[in-house]
Amino acid sequence: MKWALLFIVAGLALVASVLVGPAGLQSDIVWNLRAPRAVLAFLVGGSLGAAGASLQALVRNPLADPFLLGLSGGAGLGAVLAIALHLPGPWALPIAAFIGALAALVLVYRLGRIGGDVLDPRILLLGGVAVGAFAAAITTAIVSLADAAELRNAFLWLWGGLSSASWDAVVLISVYIPIPLLVLLGASRPLDLLALGEEPARYLGADVEVVKRRVYIAASLLTAAAVAVSGVIGFVGLIVPHLARSTWGHRHRALIPAAFIGGGALLAIADTLARTVVAPRELPVGVVTALIGVPVFALLLRRWTVA
Amino acid sequence: MTDGRGASCVVRSLRYRYAGAHRDALADVSFAVEPGEFHAVLGPNGSGKTTLVRLVLGALRPQAGSATIGDRPAHAWSRQELARIVAVVPQREDNLFPQRVRETVLLGRYPHLSMWGRERPEDHAAVQRALAACDIEQLADRGVWTLSGGEYQRVRIARALAQDPTLLVLDEPGISLDLRHEMGLFELVRSLVDTRGLGVLMITHDLNLAARFADSLLLLNEGRAIAAGTPTDVLTREVVESVFAWPVSMQTVDGRPQMVPLRQSKESV
Repeated sequence: MKWALLFIVAGLALVASVLVGPAGLQSDIVWNLRAPRAVLAFLVGGSLGAAGASLQALVRNPLADPFLLGLSGGAGLGAVLAIALHLPGPWALPIAAFIGALAALVLVYRLGRIGGDVLDPRILLLGGVAVGAFAAAITTAIVSLADAAELRNAFLWLWGGLSSASWDAVVLISVYIPIPLLVLLGASRPLDLLALGEEPARYLGADVEVVKRRVYIAASLLTAAAVAVSGVIGFVGLIVPHLARSTWGHRHRALIPAAFIGGGALLAIADTLARTVVAPRELPVGVVTALIGVPVFALLLRRWTVA
Repeated sequence: MTDGRGASCVVRSLRYRYAGAHRDALADVSFAVEPGEFHAVLGPNGSGKTTLVRLVLGALRPQAGSATIGDRPAHAWSRQELARIVAVVPQREDNLFPQRVRETVLLGRYPHLSMWGRERPEDHAAVQRALAACDIEQLADRGVWTLSGGEYQRVRIARALAQDPTLLVLDEPGISLDLRHEMGLFELVRSLVDTRGLGVLMITHDLNLAARFADSLLLLNEGRAIAAGTPTDVLTREVVESVFAWPVSMQTVDGRPQMVPLRQSKESV
């Protein structure tokens, strides 16, 4: 029942995000701009939702967001470098952002294992914040030296946007995300155990170190792809897993798919709002998700602390 | 016997020293836990109890001697295989999400499930049996955050039983429980030993409860086995006074030794 409802909501969100706006059904705008954009929004939102759900269990913090781990900083630096250096071609920016995110991933991972062979989720979080802040500082330095048009592009990119969506991007992402997604699904049961703490999880039979490494890398790869094609879109990876938890419980086998579909639906709706509320101009979609997300977050925080 | 049914846990001349430590955390300790036996490990803080459990569970590798479970050294088992034989109730856990009792007990079935498989009817049956054995069927649909300390401890034992283990390891299970719940817990563990043939290894501070319920005691001090055997053999006044550095008087209840700490008299201060 709840699955049927979720699928209906997701379907409606997709249809609405294709149809809402001027231009009729036969129009090129609908099929070559809006349709790939809606699908891409769905896939990006889904990736962020699934990554957030798994990372919250990994770092044992129900209020963790995939971008807490420094990836947004690395991706932002990559993207701004691509803009400042005028790298040519439609793929230069996403590729540079992806490389930046991967660099941050590696750096944070190394920091997370600084105490030896064991990946410490607490240090992972702190390392993520540190790496993110460092990358943001360099990004700001570059932006401050750039000219006005570049600055505006970089700034808008950092707040997320899907206006450059194309069917090529959709195909690329659809090929890419099933692999990390399957890794997360395969780790869903040990993630249930991790909620009890590492020692109890180990005694219940989980290979804790392997699981932590796999989940961190898979969730980061999902986030890196999302940020590469759409910029930094906050709060989807934080709010959606929470809402999913309140309906699907805490079993990650069901939670991760639910967070994927829910995240996809939310971002499809948010992107539709982003391109329509101030039409013909556009808001960065990260602004919309933050405007929706922060009040929801405040409510969740309240419920969490009262409970 | 690779499935480890009826496996015993045997420890021989175990020695372990942590890197950088100036003395052995554990030296020359031997014992064996067979199915249907209740063993308690006693000792003051820092006496090596936790190190012993880590070695028994293969989390540490002994530098001398051996710790075997079934037919293999403890550290040679994969975590999942070991969890089908040995269930552990660690000293603390902290449940991140507000699970229901039935859900958290179902986690005990993890070692029996494949990576992609769903829980089978026999898994749910095992959960039901575990809830019944711990007498907490009426709590099955409660959230774990709403339970009292004593109830939660029973839930954790039920989760361990759902693993269908041969050996149960409990680390200070009675800590912070009131009298009724602590006695109830020891009665439960004893009945599991007697009715299910479970082997139990319990770390505890509580000399008196250990003496009342366990078949065999191991008293550690500074990493060494001071005494081992039946409660009557181990808990003599001389041994207890020297290990805990406090004057005591020994009495007998139900044929078991019970220790009463004495007030220090003015002369001995």
